[in-house]
Amino acid sequence: MDLDFTAQQQAFRAEVRAWLHDNVPRAPLASYDTREGFEQHRVWEARLAEGGYSSVIWPKELGGRGSDLIEWLIFEEEYHAAGAPMRVNQNGILLLGPTLMEFGTAEQKARFLPRMARCDDMWAQGWSEPNAGSDMANIASRAIRDGDEYVINGQKTWSTRAVFANWLFGLFRTHPESSRHHGLSYLLVPLDARGITIRPIKALNGKQAFAEVFFDDVRVSAANLVGEEGQGWNVAMATAGFERGLLLRSPARFQRTARRLVELYRRHQAAADRDPSIRDGVLQAWMDAEAYNLASYHTVGRLLQGGRVGAESSTNKIFWSELDLRMHETAMRILGPRAELIDDPEVHDWLEGFLFAQAGPIYAGTNEIQRNIIAERVLGLPKS
Amino acid sequence: MDFTFTEDQLALRDSVSRFLMNEAAPELLREIWETGGGRSPELRAKIAAQGMTGLSVPEAYGGLGMSDIDWALITEEIGYYAIPDSLADTACVAPALLRAVPDAEALRGEWLPKIADGSARVAVEHPVNPWVADVHLADLVLAFRAAGDGALELHAVRGADLHHSALGSIDASRRLAVLSQPLGASTRLLRGAAVQPLADATVDRAAFAVAGQLVGLAQRMLDLSVDYVAQRKQFGRPIGSFQAVKHHLADVVTRIEFARPVLYRAALALQRDDRHRAAFVSHAKLACADAAWTAARKGIQVHGASGYTWEVDLQMFMKRAWALDAAWGDRAFHKARLGATLFGDEAPLGPAATLY
Repeated sequence: MDLDFTAQQQAFRAEVRAWLHDNVPRAPLASYDTREGFEQHRVWEARLAEGGYSSVIWPKELGGRGSDLIEWLIFEEEYHAAGAPMRVNQNGILLLGPTLMEFGTAEQKARFLPRMARCDDMWAQGWSEPNAGSDMANIASRAIRDGDEYVINGQKTWSTRAVFANWLFGLFRTHPESSRHHGLSYLLVPLDARGITIRPIKALNGKQAFAEVFFDDVRVSAANLVGEEGQGWNVAMATAGFERGLLLRSPARFQRTARRLVELYRRHQAAADRDPSIRDGVLQAWMDAEAYNLASYHTVGRLLQGGRVGAESSTNKIFWSELDLRMHETAMRILGPRAELIDDPEVHDWLEGFLFAQAGPIYAGTNEIQRNIIAERVLGLPKS
Repeated sequence: MDFTFTEDQLALRDSVSRFLMNEAAPELLREIWETGGGRSPELRAKIAAQGMTGLSVPEAYGGLGMSDIDWALITEEIGYYAIPDSLADTACVAPALLRAVPDAEALRGEWLPKIADGSARVAVEHPVNPWVADVHLADLVLAFRAAGDGALELHAVRGADLHHSALGSIDASRRLAVLSQPLGASTRLLRGAAVQPLADATVDRAAFAVAGQLVGLAQRMLDLSVDYVAQRKQFGRPIGSFQAVKHHLADVVTRIEFARPVLYRAALALQRDDRHRAAFVSHAKLACADAAWTAARKGIQVHGASGYTWEVDLQMFMKRAWALDAAWGDRAFHKARLGATLFGDEAPLGPAATLY
């Protein structure tokens, strides 16, 4: 047991650090939920791809570096330590990317993966529907085969950044008589196709963070089917396991927030200490961010030895989302009456982060669903 | 970078677990409670025969020469089976302290082989604990105590010379006492600048050992609770099928999952005498105590009224967890140490700053 990096890992870290030092934009980018900010983030994604850093764990021939998960953790540490921009196309890179690698045809991989890595294509997720949220198997949108096309009718919702996306990956019911997770298919849909209407949904911060997507006799080539027809649920779930649970939120992100929180507390310690629970909250934030980091190295180590992991993606999801919420709540309390002043430079990022942290326990599978998964798959308790 | 255990370390853990499962079953523990000293010489002899008392004793003194990292897994098992013994003080804390005392070769030659073969119990007194565990049966007490001038000293007191007054604990497996005699020149081992580092290392190693027991206790309470909710039926089905019950226990899983790796880093920090050793150990103690405290609260809740009874075994593990929560530094002590590091100028903050 050790926590020492090999010479090769240290060299990788040095290389990443130097590249980020030379390339990270000096001025912060505008929010990627605005048109201007989205375009800035797209330029940044293209720059990352040029450096081979779009997704370090992707194979080299697809624009990655063929890194293992330790190198991925190192990359994330350097990325967040450098204060580099938020990643705008992660739904594509984390969800669709691995799915195409496992189930896509050679033509689909060649057509979509390099463009995804450069953010030439921006991908929206088409899973949730008005009546299929936590109960995702209740999907009702249909895609009916007609010759070498599918005809799609229905509605998707909560599609993150769909306002700026040009493609959507989603699950559609291709067998009209089917129910639940049977008879679904995984389709790739160009968002400029005729019959698509995108209606933005404003998030808590007033920005168009996601959208509803309506399909009215939208015709999509059957070449855009990923995996076999009717197997969409399995295709989607195959890459929804541990790796995604880890990759979605690296520990470095929270260690950076914890660092900022300690610094915020130290700047305002006299005022903050009027409420003794604040100091406690700061300590807890550091401890939990550290715990998440150590747990990640422990789990990755076991994975690299060929070990199997259980429901880590569910415990991770609960842990980081609740940690993120608590850290931002503590920051709000340190800021006191200033915490509502959205234009105050010291407040702005904390307040935006606080709003976004509210969503953490809800997106990517609510924490209630994650607790069910832990109880049933780790503890073996009977289904409800 | 390999933050995992070796096959050998895991195999040792498994063999200790199988041994304690057979030899330290709850019904046996209850029988030991009823005896006068609260300790079973037979169980202690079996533990020694298993090699557990000699794990940390160097091979030259008849032990197995193992490390703090090996102990991380063993402490979890000691906690899981809640053995009625302060085994870690004798087998983990005392050997490291004896090895570190300067110019004490005679003491090492006398006591380390006895620790290894199980014939000696060592109790450890430190100002962080108001009471000392298992003084009543100790063959040797190693005591850090402030002298009249305020300077910390290290004393060695032999069992035959001990005066103590016993104190009852809510955990019938804990046997506590205050060492009542004054210590002086005849018992003094060490005085001066060398004492404080030894005392600090002793607190860290003992707090680490308690942390491991706490996370082991959390796992045991979780396992007992899962067994209970899977068989207990209400409204015609197992109560474990209800979400409210599931979610209590899922929370315990999560606490344990994020406490264990913290314990393992503390082991590594002890092994390497890392510059952030104190903060990393305090983190482990706090995280593991939190896991155990949560497991106790959620455990009794899902057990319903039966969890409140003497009959049901959950009580044994809850009480141990509650007792150990403040042993070798209460939460305030460990938070203060962590704060001193985090709010200091050398704070290990941010991505990549907290590994080695």
